[in-house]
Amino acid sequence: MIQLIWDGLFVGSFYALIALGYSMVYGIIKLLNFAHGDIYMLGAFIGFAVLTSVGGIPASLSIGALLVVMLVSMLLTGTAGVLIERLAYRPLRGAPRLAVLITAVGVSFSLEYGISALAGPNPRAFPIRLEGNVFVLLGARISLPQIILMLIAAMLMVLLNFYVEKTSTGRAMRAISLDRNASLLMGINVNQVISRTFFIGSALAGAAGVMAGAYYGKIDFLMGFIIGLKAFTAAVIGGIGNIKGAMLGGLVLGFVEAFGAEWFGGQWRDVFAFAVLILFLTLRPTGILGQRVTERV
Amino acid sequence: MAMLEFDNVAVYYGKVQALRGISLTVEEGEIVALLGNNGAGKTTTLSTASGLVKSHSGRVSFNGTDITKAMPWNVVGAGLIHVPEGRRIFSTMTVLENLLLGGYLVKDRALVAKRIATVYELLPLLAERSTQQGGTLSGGEQQMLAIGRALIAGPKMLMLDEPSMGLAPLIVARVMQVISEIRDQGTTVLLVEQNARAALKVTDRAYVIDGGTTTIEGRAVDLLGDSRIIDAYLGA
Ligand SMILES: Nc1ncnc2c1ncn2[C@@H]1O[C@H](COP(=O)(O)OP(=O)(O)OP(=O)(O)O)[C@@H](O)[C@H]1O
Ligand SMILES: [Mg+2]
Repeated sequence: MIQLIWDGLFVGSFYALIALGYSMVYGIIKLLNFAHGDIYMLGAFIGFAVLTSVGGIPASLSIGALLVVMLVSMLLTGTAGVLIERLAYRPLRGAPRLAVLITAVGVSFSLEYGISALAGPNPRAFPIRLEGNVFVLLGARISLPQIILMLIAAMLMVLLNFYVEKTSTGRAMRAISLDRNASLLMGINVNQVISRTFFIGSALAGAAGVMAGAYYGKIDFLMGFIIGLKAFTAAVIGGIGNIKGAMLGGLVLGFVEAFGAEWFGGQWRDVFAFAVLILFLTLRPTGILGQRVTERV
Repeated sequence: MAMLEFDNVAVYYGKVQALRGISLTVEEGEIVALLGNNGAGKTTTLSTASGLVKSHSGRVSFNGTDITKAMPWNVVGAGLIHVPEGRRIFSTMTVLENLLLGGYLVKDRALVAKRIATVYELLPLLAERSTQQGGTLSGGEQQMLAIGRALIAGPKMLMLDEPSMGLAPLIVARVMQVISEIRDQGTTVLLVEQNARAALKVTDRAYVIDGGTTTIEGRAVDLLGDSRIIDAYLGA
């Protein structure tokens, strides 16, 4: 039981990191950015490129190296997110939703096959592999790398939450998702805030990509596909557009998968995740935290 | 030099022409009403000035600067603040957060805090509800919040779109009183109203818009006795 909770929490924190970008972008421009999972993949490959170009890293330094590589990767994936919005989505502002959605799918393919062309279609071994002792915590097994990665994910989410709740730009992001025209009348430069949103969301996905590479040890150009769908599921579970919802949805999905795989067998893991997605889309499309607040018109 | 000037402005929504040559001026320190029936083009006029809507032809200038093609945030930065029709409060954000958003472009935080204090003094009911969600306020309170929020930007000129809409007569009177106080403190005001009687009581001059053009212009005291106004906008 406790074991399942640890497993769920671990996988869930990955989902949450990626779901955040999904949800933030949806909140602010009402776009399901299907290329978001591929930013995670891009992050892993940037980490891979940086690490291979500096050569071997002694195992004792791997955590420090991981953090540095993660920062570099976050900067670059963040920039990639900004460019994608700028070049692919912004020109379509005001165009029918479907046109933008199809563009997002196109961007997704471009990233996947672009990386495949650059790095080859075969899986690559990630240059650092986090290894560490396995602890028994509250009667269940958890490894040091798992703990470290969960802590990093938690820290990133705390920072993000602070940014969105307390800073002027964060407030502007929330304002735009509530009412874009009213935000314009506040003097908010909507383009700038949208760029920042893409930067942050993509950087978080990039961080998750590097973490996944270091944990699983293997990366490939399609690794973002399934996890992108899972992150979308997590965002829907929590209430798409809602930041806390994305975090919660990630964890819930992690638990659902861990428990589902335990009770019904590992091969049902993904089926479970998508069953939950369909269940939410039909029964409660606003998610757990969506539109709970009283409104008076 | 006029503070706000429209020179023969035309606006289209797709193929539909909403403004067909609006010309008007508002001088510094004035409070001017913009009257007209539903669909006359009042909101479109304000939205053109604030940059939400782009004009097809003509020219809009503010304090001598051409703002015809300006982005909304540049218009706000120049000190021309538009309080939109229907208040448009950020409903799930607190009263305080709404006010802080009004000061989005003000870099000096101490100045924002000072302006919020001033607004709380002018509108004490907002101070009491500082941590309440904007969407839970009554219509009159939301209107006060929308006006208060605009004041945090430090406006040179306010454009108010139907602040009396949906409010009880007593509250309308209070809103009009607040608007004249704001003018008395030196802010120029352009007031869009369907409630012509309430508007003409507090304004110096007025324009009437009909079918997307300015048709009548005059001093408020004169218009209150003008038969064209009485018949069309003041009732019998
Ligand atoms: N977004 C829009 N798309 C298409 N047509 C519009 C749009 N907004 C306004 N219009 C049209 O433009 C004309 C002017 O509308 P506007 O909202 O400026 O009028 P108004 O004087 O503010 O009316 P009201 O008193 O009802 O608020 C109307 O015919 C309206 O139908
Ligand atoms: Mg209107």
